[in-house]
Formats: sequence, structure tokens, C-alpha cells
Amino acid sequence: MVLNFDNENDVIVKIENITKQFGGVYAVNDISFKLYRREVLALVGDNGAGKSTLVKILSGALVADRGRIYVNGKQVKIKNPMDARELGIEMIYQQLALMNNLDIPSNIFMGREIRQNWILGSLGAMNLQAMRRKTEDLLNGFKISIGDISKEVRNLSGGQRQLVAICRAVYFQAQIIIMDEPTAALGVAEAKKVYHFINKLKKVGVSVIIISHNINEVYEVADRVMVLKTGKLVDVVQKGEATIDNIVTMIISGKAL
Amino acid sequence: MVKLFTINSLSSPEKQRLRFLTKFIAAQHTNVVLILFLIVLCVVVGYLIPSFLTFRNLTNVLRQVSITAIIAAGMTFVIITEGIDISIGSIVALCGVIAALALKSNIPIFPSILLALIVGIVAGLFNGVLVAYGRVLPFVATLGTMYLFRGGVLIIAKGQAIWDLPSQFIKIGTGYFLGIPIPVITMFVIFALGHMLLKYFTFGRYVFCIGGDEESARLCGIPVKKIKLLTYGLCGLLSGVAGVLLAGRLGSGQPSVGQGYELTAIAAAVIGGNSLSGGKGSVFGTLIGAFILGVVSNALNLWGVATFFQIVVTGGIVIVAVLADKLKKNKD
Repeated sequence: MVLNFDNENDVIVKIENITKQFGGVYAVNDISFKLYRREVLALVGDNGAGKSTLVKILSGALVADRGRIYVNGKQVKIKNPMDARELGIEMIYQQLALMNNLDIPSNIFMGREIRQNWILGSLGAMNLQAMRRKTEDLLNGFKISIGDISKEVRNLSGGQRQLVAICRAVYFQAQIIIMDEPTAALGVAEAKKVYHFINKLKKVGVSVIIISHNINEVYEVADRVMVLKTGKLVDVVQKGEATIDNIVTMIISGKAL
Repeated sequence: MVKLFTINSLSSPEKQRLRFLTKFIAAQHTNVVLILFLIVLCVVVGYLIPSFLTFRNLTNVLRQVSITAIIAAGMTFVIITEGIDISIGSIVALCGVIAALALKSNIPIFPSILLALIVGIVAGLFNGVLVAYGRVLPFVATLGTMYLFRGGVLIIAKGQAIWDLPSQFIKIGTGYFLGIPIPVITMFVIFALGHMLLKYFTFGRYVFCIGGDEESARLCGIPVKKIKLLTYGLCGLLSGVAGVLLAGRLGSGQPSVGQGYELTAIAAAVIGGNSLSGGKGSVFGTLIGAFILGVVSNALNLWGVATFFQIVVTGGIVIVAVLADKLKKNKD
């Protein structure tokens, strides 16, 4: 799929002059960028480059000191994770926020359970069957085979857990999924599966921001790569414009090509 | 000729049904083991002491168990959130005395009970506020309120038992309905409701989440503090129910009852497979745990074993239950 990075209609998120200070330190310093529909944007940089702070501002975990955020062309204020969620922005945390002691449907629907009709539902009675069925449909839809979905999540592999976390975001109509080091704890084969799944997400119209230390891996799946250093934007390059070596140079030197 | 019964000889829907059954049993693992243990225990005790397996004696066991079991149901919720509530004994006394005092000031029975239950809820919510919003360790918070409530009830009752309660009220603790003691019926109703609340309602699921991983629960948008608060409120309410039943049974409101109930309730929950590290357990398991404790205590009584030894045996059972849980966890 060829993405056109000139068409303003394809911009889903526009960030302008975002700044966040912790004490006297600029964690994010005057960063502006655009995120397009159906693109995978890799966010790379050394430790302390401001990657996590930047995405936390987008996901509502932190509030920026200055700057503007536009989603679908409209300026928005994201004050907490709920605001972000309503705008279709889902963050998948490094620790995944999965409940190890519960099964897969419980996790997919965590905090947004399908309820029974009538009074029982308003009292909080859940429709366990519906949640099971929807979970099966969801996993089948993405051709993910996990086997018995009533397994506790602790019994899944790292990759499977990652997929469950992503499925949860997709199910709730996320348009923008932010992943923080999605493959940090995974083996090579498992990581491949996750990246393969991220590619499928593009087809359903989702934009993805991936933070990663592993440039080789992320270069494969990304459409564009954004490089940060000490809170400043170094450059955003399309994959064809820069080699992996170029990107590594940018990360270290902090200078655009 | 002996026809061998093998899984392969079954037709496929039968096979499926069998697989479903084994799966179901595997999921119920802990509870099945507990029930089997309880049955074996009853059979052994019944064999050794014929008077054990009489309707009269079994009803008696249930009645003795009922009051602490009701508290243990509330404790189950608290324990699954990785909390603990050791103030419940004091809440039991407080609610019993409040009900008795209300009755003595000529308030009708139903409003008196309601008042006592509201006091129980408020006491529980107070624990909840300390734990959820004050971020005090549950053990420490409820240790404080244990003294607070006990002191309070002794002051209110002036250290005296409140006697001469209406006979209608006393029936709540001593009466029968369809040949079954009222506290026992209350216990079964509460456990049925508690089981459903924990398993089929969002509240119960959030309780599991908080015990499993509080931070993740927060990230999923679950109102962690509110759920914790309500959990302690529920525990307070059920302690109130136990307090009212106990006051009825004793025919008086006694400010010093309920001491040590927290330990019995915790023991029942732990024997019933609830992990003190949270996120795991069931109301049903707690009920069986309470039954096991009750049967053992009754058997020792029938045997004429001194009370002091009974305490030792109870301690032993709790330790075995915790070790069994540890072993199982290590295997996983």
C-alpha cells in the first residue's frame, strides 16, 4: 500500500509545538509532527530522548505544558487516558495492562464488559457468553490461534499476550494505537508475529506509533521513522529516504541527514 | 467377557461432552478437592462417631458455622483484592449492640435491624476510606478500627450486655424456617448471592482485577478506589448481618462478642483456596472452608477433646491449606 504523505486529508493526528518540562529539564521540546492514516510511524532515539513522554502526552497519561494537538483536523484537549480513548487513541503499555489471573475474554473486555439486558445489566451483570463469542470472532478475524480462550492470560506466551493487548485496542475502535517497546520481551519468531499483525492493522485503517530500541526490526514494519534526541525532533524520514545506518547516525549525532 | 470402557469407544458428541466435563472439573479443581475432602472428613467422622451423621447434629454444625461463615463471605471479597479486615469481630459486637439498643428504645424490629446493618456498612466504609483513599495498609488500618469499634461499642453499651429483647427478634437467631435454622438459611442465601456477585457481575470481576494487578486495573480505567471502598463496605454489611443474628441467638446485645471471629473467617477463606496475595479465590470455596472448620470442631467436641487442643488443630489446618496452595502455585 503506497501512502501519500502530502495529502492533508490523510492526516489523522497533528501535533504542534508540544513542550513538556520536568523541573528545569525539557523532556519534550517544541516538537511538531503529523501522523497519517494507515501508517506505521516508528519513534526512535536514545534513552532520555523523550519518546515515552511524547506518546504519554498523546495517550493522556501526561499533559503537555504547551502546544496543540489536532485529531481529524479538530483541536483537542487530552487531559487523561479516558479523553484519549474517546478520541480513538489507545496506548499499549510495556507491561500490557493485562490481568494475568483472568481469561482472555475478561481481558479483552476489561472495564468495558458487555452486560445483560434490563435491570440486571444496569446492576452490572455481565453477559459472559456474548463476550466469549465476540472474543472468538475477533481472534478468528485476525487469524490468531491461541487455542482455548478460557486460559488464564498468565499461561500465554509473550507474543500472544501482546496480540491480546492489541486486539483489545482494535476491538474498541481505536484509530491510533501506540505501542511502547512491543517486542522488547519477545523472541525473534514471536516478534515477527507481532509485526505481521501490525501490518494487518494498517489494512483495517489503523495508524500505529511504535517506540522501539530495535531499529532493524522496526525499520521492516515502519512507513516512516521519527528520530528524537534530548527532547528535540531530529527528523522524520520515509523509509526509502534513509538507510538503517543513516538513522543510527541521526540518533547518535542528533543531526538531520 | 469384560467389555472395556475406553474413551475411543465413545461416539463423538459423547466424547465432546466428556471433554467438556473434564475441562469443567479441571476449572473447578480447587473446589472439587475441597468438596471431596469435606465428604471424606464427614464419612470418617461419621464412622468413628455414629451420632455425628444425625440430622440434628448436622443442623447444629451448620448453625454453629453460619455466623462466622457469613463474615467469611465478606472477607473473601476483601482477601481477593489483596486486603484483609481484622475489625469485623468488633463490627459484629457493634451491630448487635446497636440493634439491641434500638429495640430497647421501642423501635420496631425491622427498622432496628436496618439501623444495625447501616452502622455495619458505615463501619466497613470507614475501613475502606482508610485503605483506598488514605492508602493505609489494610492490616494496620483495620487493626486500628478493631480497637476503635470495640472501644466504641463498650462505651455505648457501658460495658454491659443488653438483655430482654423482644421474642420475635430472638427468633431470628434461634428460630427455624421449614425445619432449618434461620441463620443457616441466611448463610446459604448470602453465599448464593455472593457467588453470583463475584462471578457474574462487573463488581466481582473488578475485585479480581485489583487483587491480580492493581496498576493494570487502573490503566484499564477501573475505578480501583471505589471498588476497594465498596468491598470493605460489603464486608462491614455482612459483619452487621452476623452481628444481628448473633444478638438474636444470644438473646442480648453483648459488647464483647466476636473476638477472634476475624481469624476464623480468614481461616475459612484460606482453607477455601483464597490466596492472601490476592486475585484468586471463590465464595463457594470459603463456604466449604467454613464447613471443614465446623465439622472438625464438632468432631473434636463429640470426642470430648479439650478446647485448647481444638485451637491447635484449627491452626494446623490453616497451615496445611496455605502449604497446599503454595505447592500448587509452584507446580504452575
